[in-house]
Formats: sequence, C-alpha cells, structure tokens
Amino acid sequence: MIRDITLGQYYQTESVIHRLDPRTKLLGTLVYLISLFIFTKPWVFVTAAVFLLLVLVLSRVPLKFMLKGLRPIIFILLFTIIVNMFWIKGTVLVSWWKLSITVEGLKQAGSMGTRLILLILGSNLMTLTTTPTRLTNAMESLMRPLKLIKVPVHEIAMMMSIALRFIPILLEETDRIMKAQLARGADFESGNVFKKAKSLVPVLVPLFISAFRRANDLAMAMEARCYHGGKGRTQYKPLKYKARDFVAYFILVLYVAAVIVIGKFIT
Amino acid sequence: MAKKKIGEKTAPEGRPSSFLQIRKLKYEYIRRDEENNVEGITTAVDDVSFDVKEGEFIAILGHNGSGKSTLAKHINAILFPEEGEVILDGMNTKDEDKLLDIRRTAGMVFQNPDNQIIGQVVDEDVAFGPENMGVPTEEIKQRVEESLKTLGMWEYRNSSPNRLSGGQKQRVSIASVIAMHPKCIIFDEPTAMLDPRGRYEVIRAARALNEVEGITIILITHYMEEVIHADRVLVMDKGKVKMEGTPREIFSRVEELKELRLTVPQVTELAWELKKSGLPIPDGILTREELIKEILKIMKEYIYR
Repeated sequence: MIRDITLGQYYQTESVIHRLDPRTKLLGTLVYLISLFIFTKPWVFVTAAVFLLLVLVLSRVPLKFMLKGLRPIIFILLFTIIVNMFWIKGTVLVSWWKLSITVEGLKQAGSMGTRLILLILGSNLMTLTTTPTRLTNAMESLMRPLKLIKVPVHEIAMMMSIALRFIPILLEETDRIMKAQLARGADFESGNVFKKAKSLVPVLVPLFISAFRRANDLAMAMEARCYHGGKGRTQYKPLKYKARDFVAYFILVLYVAAVIVIGKFIT
Repeated sequence: MAKKKIGEKTAPEGRPSSFLQIRKLKYEYIRRDEENNVEGITTAVDDVSFDVKEGEFIAILGHNGSGKSTLAKHINAILFPEEGEVILDGMNTKDEDKLLDIRRTAGMVFQNPDNQIIGQVVDEDVAFGPENMGVPTEEIKQRVEESLKTLGMWEYRNSSPNRLSGGQKQRVSIASVIAMHPKCIIFDEPTAMLDPRGRYEVIRAARALNEVEGITIILITHYMEEVIHADRVLVMDKGKVKMEGTPREIFSRVEELKELRLTVPQVTELAWELKKSGLPIPDGILTREELIKEILKIMKEYIYR
C-alpha cells in the first residue's frame, strides 16, 4: 500500500543505536561525514569503514538494508571513479588511444569512491535507526540557538513534521487522481518529455486544489486545539540525554582522535 | 434520566444557568470578484438564538448549506459573529484575551479524519493539544494514556494514523480533544466520510462521553439516525432554526421535515406510512423495538376481537 511508505526507510528493531538520543546520532553522523574529508589516506578510510561496521553490528540492521541505499547513487559512483581514473595526470600505467590511466588517477578514483560509499552508508545508518519524527525533534533542538538571530526554529520544525505527515496522503491522492483521469481517457505514457509533462497538468491542478483545502482544514484543526506558535508550549516527549549518549559521545571523540593520529602520523 | 442528573450536578452554582448562550447570531459570507468588489452576500447564519445547558446532548440537523457548520464554528471562536453574540461558560467569544480559554472549554471534532490529525504517531497527536496549552510533561503523559484508553485506542498509540480505519482515526481525533479536558465537544459532521461501522463507533463514543463523563455534546449532522439519542434537536434551514424539540417531537412532524429536504429514519417513516394508511400507531416512533411493540399490540387486539 502506498500509505505504508515511510520516509527515511526506518528499520524497526531494538538496539542501542535505535535508543540513542536523535541529537547524538545527528551530530555523530555530521562528525563522521566531516572525518571522511579531512585526510585522503587509505588507513583513514579503513578506520572509518571499521567504525561504521561496528556501529552497524550494534544497530542490528541487516547489511543488505544498508547496501540498498547505494543503489540510487551507482551511476554517480561509476562516473566519479571513471572520470578520476582518466583525468589525473601522472605516472602512466596503461595507455590506450588518447586515454591513459595513471597511478595517481587510480589512487584518486579509489579514495573518491570509498569516500562516497562511506558517506552514503553513514547517513543511511542514521535514517535507518531514527524515525523522521525524532529526527525533526533533534533538528529543532539543535537549531534552538538560531532563535537568537530570529530564525523561526519551531515553525520550521512544525512545517517539516506536517510535510512528513502529509506526503503519504498526497501520494495516495495523486494516485487516485491519475486513475480518475485515466478512466476519462487521459494519456500519461506516450509522447516526448514535453508532451508527458503537459499531460500531467490535469493531475497537478486538482492535486493543488485539494492540498490547499487540506491546509485550510488542518490550520483550523490546529487553531481549535489551541495552537498559537511555539510560545508557552510544553513537550510530550522532551529529548533527554541518557548515560548511553555520553558513552556514544566519548566513543565518537576516540574515533576522531584515531582518525587524526592515523591521518597525521601513519604514512 | 441519569444523564440529566449528571448535567445538573456538574453545573456549579452562581453561574448563569446556561452553559452556552447564542443571541441573535448573524454571519454572512461575502463573495468578492478579482477587483475586490462585493459580488454577492450569502447569509449563512441568520438571527439564531438558543441556549445549551451543561451536560446536555444537542443535535443540530440540516441539509448541506443550511448553515449548521458555520454556526458550530462560532461556538469555539473559529468564526466571530457579525451581529449578536456567543457566550460560552461565561466568556464572550469577542473577548480576544479569552480565546485560548474558549477553545480549551469547547473542543471540536471535524469532518475529514485525515485533515485534523497533526501528529505522525497516534500518541503524539493526542499530546498536541495539551502541549499547546502548556501542560507539564508528566501530566501530558497521563492525559494521553487516559484519553486513548477512554476511546479504546491505547493499543494503537505507536501506530501511524495513516494505517487506521476512518472510524479509528475519528476516535483518535476525539481522544485528542478529550486530552484537553474540555467541558463541551462540538462534532462537526464527524461521520460524513465514514462507513456505517465507523459511524457507529463515533456516535457510540460521543454518547458515552455525554453519559459517563457529563461532557456537553453538540452534534452537527445530516444523518437522522444519529440524533435519536440527543436530549434536544434543532433543525436548521437557510441559516435559521426551523424546528426545535426532543427527537420524538421532531420526528412526529414528518411532513415538515420532508419540506426541509430531510429524510426521517427508516423506522419512523415506516411507522408514519402505516399510520397514514389507518393503523393506530402513535407519532414519533424512533427505534425498531418501539415499532415492533406497537405492531404487536395492534395484532393482539386484532386477534382477540
């Protein structure tokens, strides 16, 4: 069922990683991603991969699920590797027509590829172990200092969570409108790109009208339930750091230290 | 009747006798063209006055466009009267400082179950109202548990609302209103988009809240079957209250109802047709049991004669 889709492909299970505070996971992922870009040494990538593997084992998410996340980027991945392989000048290894593969090129391609894979897998692991709601909460909480420079943090978070709530509903509605138009003889398949785009107009117009109507209803329902912005609002499930979060932060610091030591001193 | 007693008990002394007073309420929708000129005026609610006592179960009937939903939205200050006034539990809806108090006193359940659930998980949606009211975290937890249990939805607390049936979604919406501890709940056509089973679930919940918790219920609907348990029924047409009385009184006036393009419950209509063709059946039959009793009575007389 189209209604069952969950954004961010949350994988439901019980694990330490799942139970971590979403802020810990969000910051941890951010630090991890940065750590991939500081050094370009093979040993650093090995460290990063081992760290990721450890977290994966702790999270009890099957490896298969995490690798699924690589599918959409296969094309970009191959493109990056191939371009890097042929582009970089240096000691020629194999030469053929105007193209030549160099030792430096291979190294560069390897590190870029690994970097990309770890990048995707790392952020995937976060979305696999954190529900979108908790992620939104974490963002609201982490962005709170921005309130000082008048960024409407609460409103942004509220908009994000409402969007997440309505995406499946609007998807289902799109499906229904498309079927209704098909039954009236609409053709979404044939023709070139422009013709196809044009044929979507009879779907988009009713969809937008219905979305506005829903927005109006929802605004009324929120007002009826005393919504008046973030002022004076309490929280049902406030985020609270537990002991395991401090342990996680400690491990993260150890990891960063390891990356720096390996990157600087091991050649 | 037991529920009348509850109503009287919960009404504190020294307050105005009516919980809700609507006085000469008038509201117009003004249609404008692109240059903002007035194109036409539709009077949605026209000179409506009535009172509701605390603990009462009121049903407002009317076909589409009779102004019943517009009227309902005045009670919890979503719309404001153009003329006349609405006083809820001693608060005038024109008083802006009382806005949040009014909305927490009178909760509202809307028609479309999808468009009134804000949370992505059932329990978060129930918590939304109390969060806005600034209720402390520990108390929100209690209220969520208590209201979901009241509506029999506690086992679904961790589900996504998208996976529930229409009736279940409306029960979550009711639980969300209950969590704000309102004195009154306005149901604005809560069953219009539901299947018969969902309709039954919602109406049963509304009745239970009225009878057990003593909450004042204002039910807006166009389904006749749903109003037979109300204490009082108002029938609206073209923005005006055309009929007022107990369900039995209202349903005795079958011809008038038909003029207002409203159908009476099947049983009532059958009884009315039987009476018209000469059987001695009283007016305002509301349930199948009543009709069976009356028919049995007639049959016995016929046999023993």
